[in-house]
Amino acid sequence: MAATQVVDITEQAKPKELFLQKVHSWLTTVDHKKIGIMYIVYALFFLVVAGAMALVIRIQLMVPNNHFVSPQVFNRMFTMHGTTMVFFVGMPILFGFGNYLVPLMIGARDMAFPRMNAFTFWISALGGILLYFSYLGGDGLYGAGSAPDVGWFAYAPLTERVFSPGHSTDYWTLSLLLTGIGSVGTSINIMATIISMRCKGMTMGRLPLLPWLYFVMSFLVLVAIGPLTAAQVMLLLDRYLGAHFFDTQAGGSAVLWVHFFWIFGHPEVYVLVLPAFAFANEIIPVFSRKAIFGYPAMVAATVAIGFISLSVWAHHMFTIGMGPGANTFFTLSTMIIAVPTGIKIFNWLATLWGGKISFKSPMLFCVAFLFQFLIAGLTGIMLSAAPFDWQLGNSYFVIAHFHYVLVGAILFCIFGAFYYWYPKAMGRMMSERLAKWHFWLMVIGFHLTFDFMHVPGLLGMPRRIYTYEADRGWESWNIIVGVGAVFQAVATLIFVYNLISSYYKGEIAGRDPWDAWTLEWATSSPPPAYNFALEPSVGSRRPLWDIKHPEDPDSSYE
Amino acid sequence: MSTIPVNHELDEVPWTTPDRGIAAMICLIIAESAVFIIFVVGYIFYLGKSLSGPTPREVLDLPIVSTICLLSSSLTAHAAVSALRKANVRMCATWLASTILLGAIFLAATANEWYDLIVKHGLTIRTNLFGTTFYSLVGLHASHVVVGLFLLSVTLTMALRGTLNEHHSEKLEVLSLYWHFVDAVWVIVFTVVYVLGR
Repeated sequence: MAATQVVDITEQAKPKELFLQKVHSWLTTVDHKKIGIMYIVYALFFLVVAGAMALVIRIQLMVPNNHFVSPQVFNRMFTMHGTTMVFFVGMPILFGFGNYLVPLMIGARDMAFPRMNAFTFWISALGGILLYFSYLGGDGLYGAGSAPDVGWFAYAPLTERVFSPGHSTDYWTLSLLLTGIGSVGTSINIMATIISMRCKGMTMGRLPLLPWLYFVMSFLVLVAIGPLTAAQVMLLLDRYLGAHFFDTQAGGSAVLWVHFFWIFGHPEVYVLVLPAFAFANEIIPVFSRKAIFGYPAMVAATVAIGFISLSVWAHHMFTIGMGPGANTFFTLSTMIIAVPTGIKIFNWLATLWGGKISFKSPMLFCVAFLFQFLIAGLTGIMLSAAPFDWQLGNSYFVIAHFHYVLVGAILFCIFGAFYYWYPKAMGRMMSERLAKWHFWLMVIGFHLTFDFMHVPGLLGMPRRIYTYEADRGWESWNIIVGVGAVFQAVATLIFVYNLISSYYKGEIAGRDPWDAWTLEWATSSPPPAYNFALEPSVGSRRPLWDIKHPEDPDSSYE
Repeated sequence: MSTIPVNHELDEVPWTTPDRGIAAMICLIIAESAVFIIFVVGYIFYLGKSLSGPTPREVLDLPIVSTICLLSSSLTAHAAVSALRKANVRMCATWLASTILLGAIFLAATANEWYDLIVKHGLTIRTNLFGTTFYSLVGLHASHVVVGLFLLSVTLTMALRGTLNEHHSEKLEVLSLYWHFVDAVWVIVFTVVYVLGR
């Protein structure tokens, strides 16, 4: 008897619900799709908030000797901007996509632990709310401080009680501790889901690349968030019980904090970028009308990135003075990680090569990602050389480099992913016209801001300065950078408008608007609560290709 | 409900995936290991760097009895899982009770040790770097023992009330994995703090 593959084409009728019933169903849901959407909405909210903070920073730096905000407010701005973007935009938006897509792509009906999934979302959300509550509660009994102002990596001993009285640093620590618990829980859930919930026939060799990359990313979260949590606990012990971990007066070491933070901090970069790679892995083949080039090489490169990324953290610390042995080791390991990353870029190019490319909005963002990520990687290799880093460490060149990764690569892929999967989640297409506006404004704004940001760095402008003198020659560069930021803000507003208006007015998408090949397109849009009426079974990496082309299925080749 | 049947798959290999509870527990253990590694590194890094006494050599004694108790509780936990697999709830309850007893002895010994350190030797978490790192590392481990004891007690209560049966054996195995991990961490803490660190 042959197992049968099925596609559920049952029409979904929307039940009529009162407003409070709707709220109740969202607050109490354990459905991975609803939780995924909540993660994404929550992250988009913070994207706008932290984006507004970036605008404040840019306005302040636009002209020399500016007094748009006070130095205290400026310190809070860059601290909150960095912390929010990493922990309350990057992580939740990527977990949101993972939550939504991983079970659908592996043919499961939900995550392995649906209730834990809801718990980890709400505890992460609480972390974000706690961080922003610091604006009200940070004064505490001391009347000192409001929001955290110690920088997003909060170097010791600035964070000790003596130097940071009041509660602003406690809010930073506790909110990161809470989201850390949430992130570890979600990662455990994603890994257990991929290990145990795969549908019949979905061997690890047939797993689509998105779940594969989320698997490696979740492993990195497990081993990277632990050190951060441990360091936060130590800091709390220092601040509340008078321990001496980072108390230099009692023999404690400030450098130890730096090590612990970056043992978390560098794998974190790959935690953020691997899902972006995952989106590109799904979008580029579909819009090139070809299967991904070199699937095993892609998986191997991802696993290699996962492991090597654990041994590169101290390249953030060349300027601390670690000695020639450590400098050499971390220079080499940082350069080596460019190899698997390069393999990925070549595989994407080879997927494009000879394909029937259609430049729909998801593909546009992915193509921009390829170019921009390459440049981001090249400045990364420049900075990996310790002597070069001694010159430019802590300058705007470094800021430009990592924003090239975070915005040029990760954010562009996230935008692509929105345009690609929005029809699945909402059942309606996003406006392609607005998407083109969004794309071009974003490209122009991005390059104005972050290409030109390298230059003041080379001219010696340090990061985190509140203002500067007029005779430094940084002025015109900062104006260009600021103008680019305005372009990006407008582009993002167009995107948000498109998200909302398409929900009401978008063209009905249907089950499979992109003629794609992975299992999430085998169910209706939006998918029913149970995802698949009959559990699917697969015979290849592209199950829907097999369905659409029974005369030439992938399963006869793999 | 309507469906379109499509592709046919010919292989009739039975499809099984690993148990999700065990997969998740292994992931949790990986994450917890990362936390413990940082605390152990902190302890080793600050060895001998205290600016004032007391030092480990002056105040720490080898906790031989409690170590034997904790390590043997791994065996009894394993025996409890095997008993439940064979649907022998009564034996399972006996082994669970002895696991809890051994774990409680360990905790009591730690409490006694801390009492001596604080009252007799005046060593607290604020005294010096040794106090800071010692209490946080041993305390982190002890808090894991407390969590394990709580979960084991819940299971024992279920067994005594007759609601535990052989269908729970996979879940009890997940719990026993956690307990083995807590024991394995103690081996490292013992070696670092009481053997090499003295």
